[in-house]
Amino acid sequence: MSKSSNPFAIVDDAGTSRANKTGSWKTMCPQYVHRMPPCNATCPAGENIQKWLSLAQEGKIRKAWEVMVNDNPFPAVMGRVCYHTCERACNREQFDGAVHINLIERSIGDIALESEWKFETPKEHSGKKILIVGAGPSGLSAAYFLRKFGHEVTIYESQIKSGGMMRYGVPRYRLSRAVLDAEIRRIIETGVKLVCNKRVTHLKNEIDNFDAVYIATGAFMAAKTDIEVKGNSCTVIDAVDLFKKLENGMDMPNLGKHVLVYGGGNTAIDAARTALRLGAESVKIVYRRTINNMPAHKEEIQDALKEGVEILCLSCIGMIDGNNVLVNKMDYDEENDILSVSGEKDIIQADSVIFAIGQSIDEGILDGIDGIAVSEKGVIEIDKNMMTGAKGIFAGGDVVPCKRTVTHAIGHGKKAAKCIDAYLNGVEITQNVKPEVANFKKLNTAYYKKVARAEIQKNQALSFSESDISLTERELIGEAERCFSCGNCFHCDNCYGLCPDGAIHKAEDGTLEIDLEYCKGCGICASECPCGAIKMTS
Amino acid sequence: MSNSTIGSRLSKKKNSVQSHYDRPNTLSSGHRACQGCGEALAARCAIDAAYHATKGNIAIVNATGCLEVFSCVFPENAWNVPWMHSLFGNAPAVATGMAAAMRAQGKNVRIIAQGGDGGTTDIGMGTLSGMFERNDDVLYICYDNQAYMNTGVQRSSATPILARTATTLPNAVYAGNEVGTGKNVPEIAIAHRIPYVATASIANIKDLEEKVAKAINIRGAKYVHIHVPCPLGWGYPTSETIKVARAAVECGMFPLFEAEHGKVVGSTPIENVKPVEEYLRLQRRFAHLFSKNANPQAVEELQKIASANIEKYKLSGGIANV
Ligand SMILES: Cc1cc2nc3c(=O)[nH]c(=O)nc-3n(C[C@H](O)[C@H](O)[C@H](O)COP(=O)(O)OP(=O)(O)OC[C@H]3O[C@@H](n4cnc5c(N)ncnc54)[C@H](O)[C@@H]3O)c2cc1C
Ligand SMILES: Cc1ncc(C[n+]2csc(CCOP(=O)(O)OP(=O)(O)O)c2C)c(N)n1
Ligand code: SF4
Ligand code: SF4
Ligand code: SF4
Ligand code: SF4
Ligand SMILES: [Mg+2]
Repeated sequence: MSKSSNPFAIVDDAGTSRANKTGSWKTMCPQYVHRMPPCNATCPAGENIQKWLSLAQEGKIRKAWEVMVNDNPFPAVMGRVCYHTCERACNREQFDGAVHINLIERSIGDIALESEWKFETPKEHSGKKILIVGAGPSGLSAAYFLRKFGHEVTIYESQIKSGGMMRYGVPRYRLSRAVLDAEIRRIIETGVKLVCNKRVTHLKNEIDNFDAVYIATGAFMAAKTDIEVKGNSCTVIDAVDLFKKLENGMDMPNLGKHVLVYGGGNTAIDAARTALRLGAESVKIVYRRTINNMPAHKEEIQDALKEGVEILCLSCIGMIDGNNVLVNKMDYDEENDILSVSGEKDIIQADSVIFAIGQSIDEGILDGIDGIAVSEKGVIEIDKNMMTGAKGIFAGGDVVPCKRTVTHAIGHGKKAAKCIDAYLNGVEITQNVKPEVANFKKLNTAYYKKVARAEIQKNQALSFSESDISLTERELIGEAERCFSCGNCFHCDNCYGLCPDGAIHKAEDGTLEIDLEYCKGCGICASECPCGAIKMTS
Repeated sequence: MSNSTIGSRLSKKKNSVQSHYDRPNTLSSGHRACQGCGEALAARCAIDAAYHATKGNIAIVNATGCLEVFSCVFPENAWNVPWMHSLFGNAPAVATGMAAAMRAQGKNVRIIAQGGDGGTTDIGMGTLSGMFERNDDVLYICYDNQAYMNTGVQRSSATPILARTATTLPNAVYAGNEVGTGKNVPEIAIAHRIPYVATASIANIKDLEEKVAKAINIRGAKYVHIHVPCPLGWGYPTSETIKVARAAVECGMFPLFEAEHGKVVGSTPIENVKPVEEYLRLQRRFAHLFSKNANPQAVEELQKIASANIEKYKLSGGIANV
């Protein structure tokens, strides 16, 4: 009501409309939410990508790295070898090209190594002892997380050096060994007892000294073939054996001038490109189906073709007779995935043939342990908490059913560590409900400007040094700024600025709050939130 | 970041007044505008910008219309600045008097007159033209929702051709508001050669704020015409007010430009010009243009207007605003 003390003609006091609580008009109610960014939802290591990109945007590189290594202790390695499913899921792909998440991760990982940022060593000790068999990505990841929980960790590794397929698979030109060594060292320095050159032959004999075991022995054995080989003028070797010899610098076979690689996966591509670097004059990949059916990643195939690798599709090796390799031409019914011999044949001259047709696990070490089952597909069976049929024995990475990537192996290591910790403490793991995914339809892209994606710069020379170049700090911040921040408020103030009723309050520190006393429920805030962080509910 | 949001946590400098945690909030909560009212939003943004640019030294006279009615229902008032209502058609004349009074008292209070499109283009036209012609020191802001909304959506001279209103119901003879009618007040203002004329949209708050802030500190007559979608009168969901405003700008139906002393000096180019149809289809007032028996020529008539705007104000890659 107007005050009598007001001068003539002044009827109402300022802002007295606040007595009218218009919030009672609403039928729909806005709510700030966190939706799951599609990148995060698809990262096999469970990284909070959106979060670390947002810190990188602010120039907080150290903080961004800390968020990364909260889920994955290998950012510099991942930034080089991960097949980045996150980028395929990235909403920006439907706008102007996915955020180059993998390249940013690599670049931040490199800054961390240059700056010698370390992991914290655990302050408390649980007194529990855990044995990890295999120092590949999965074993090392599990070791890192188990140390965080304060457990005592021992790793037995059969090879001279740790790293598993990151060292004995992924070639140097894709992953520099200095980077790999540094990231492994950082994990070991948290107090992991790593014993190399120690092959576990009978796990049964080791387990009594430990409270829990994690089997992370990978798929290190060459798959067998029944292709007939006559004479010994042609070098026949398995890709993984070749890589192992190359890495250990021992018993390197002579591949000669003309090399054939048999297989269509990433290992075949790596073997072919390695052969080129070892001095081969011609390298041909022999593959059964068409180039579009090759399981290898498109980018890798492109890189190989650019370097001069040839790909012979619809071809199967029938026999190796001296230096004559008999190749059967195939017919392929793509729709029904049926291969048949066409009858046409070819003879190709080769000094060596590299087999890259897959790896299998070493089951021998499990002998005598009750309960552990190996499936028909030749991998160890585990339950939802990564435990094998034997109590306290867990398994993960390539040795269990999975996609066989470094990233999945790391994700398994993290999950196994959590499960082992819960098991040792006698508690149940509670699965938290995953929030709804912030897909492209949930965004309002009218507020985003098109910006070209940062592409990888490459060293052109054919050598074993790394071909890809990391971004500088400034470049990586620029690329991080392209992130839409899907499903998570990035403080753009649209909701605050566009509410016709002034029903959103902003505090000095930027915190937003919806004032339901005045909000009429129009839904403008939700429609104009660029990143889908407001939900209307009835 | 190069994004066009209201604010940004990364580059605080270029943020709008609306993003400030301590913005003036000249039009406070509790007003009785409909849910999703574009006019209520535009008024807060415009007056906050003027307040910010003058350190609070403003006074307002409001013509009759939604804005006036929803902001002061006795005994409550939503304004946090000196504000008065006089009549439907005389706001410019009252403002002229207020500006003279301020000058006489030696006070540096900047005067704003404001009203809806009806109050501006129809009944207020005479007093507005007088204010322009005398170059009175007033900023006039027109909130254009393209009809007499407060009295139930009757046609005004700002109603687009072919739109349905309560008084232009589509029938056998007319497909809505008659083709060939209408008045363009920003152009009329330019013809008065006043110091400053601008158009603005709630789809571009930063631009709106800049124009108001610039206008309020210019001496003489200024005119800012703001496009304000009305969910009730235009027939679209309340959540789509900004979407509709954006669509009007992106198809060229509502060109954003500035003029000084009778000449257009700049316009905001449209990055990706969209067909008018995308804008029309969002609104029920144009729904009859897309019914089974509709004459496709009708949409073409509206497209002609948009295309002419794009050409005239050089909206595809034209003179960019500074
Ligand atoms: C050539 C090649 C290239 C690849 N490139 C990529 C890539 O670019 N990106 C990607 O994501 N994935 C890639 N992969 C797949 C990826 O390397 C594997 O999926 C991943 O390394 C599996 O991790 P892991 O820890 O389960 O097993 P591994 O990496 O295989 O590690 C197992 C470890 O256990 C040790 N071990 C085995 N048996 C015993 C035993 N009895 N006692 C003690 N130690 C033992 C092994 O020596 C080894 O160190 C590639 C694989 C190959 C072969
Ligand atoms: C002289 C006079 N005639 C008619 C009216 C009734 N009237 C009140 S508001 C209004 C319509 C206002 O339309 P507009 O100016 O476009 O503003 P809007 O409500 O659309 O924002 C009318 C006709 C009046 N108040 N005074
Ligand atoms: S835009 Fe950002 S948050 Fe969204 S999917 Fe891509 S990287 Fe993730
Ligand atoms: S814009 Fe304002 S009134 Fe509308 S739903 Fe959001 S908070 Fe409520
Ligand atoms: S509109 Fe902007 S400030 Fe509001 S919730 Fe969405 S991102 Fe955050
Ligand atoms: S009728 Fe339109 S202009 Fe009037 S208050 Fe409602 S939404 Fe706003
Ligand atoms: Mg009107």
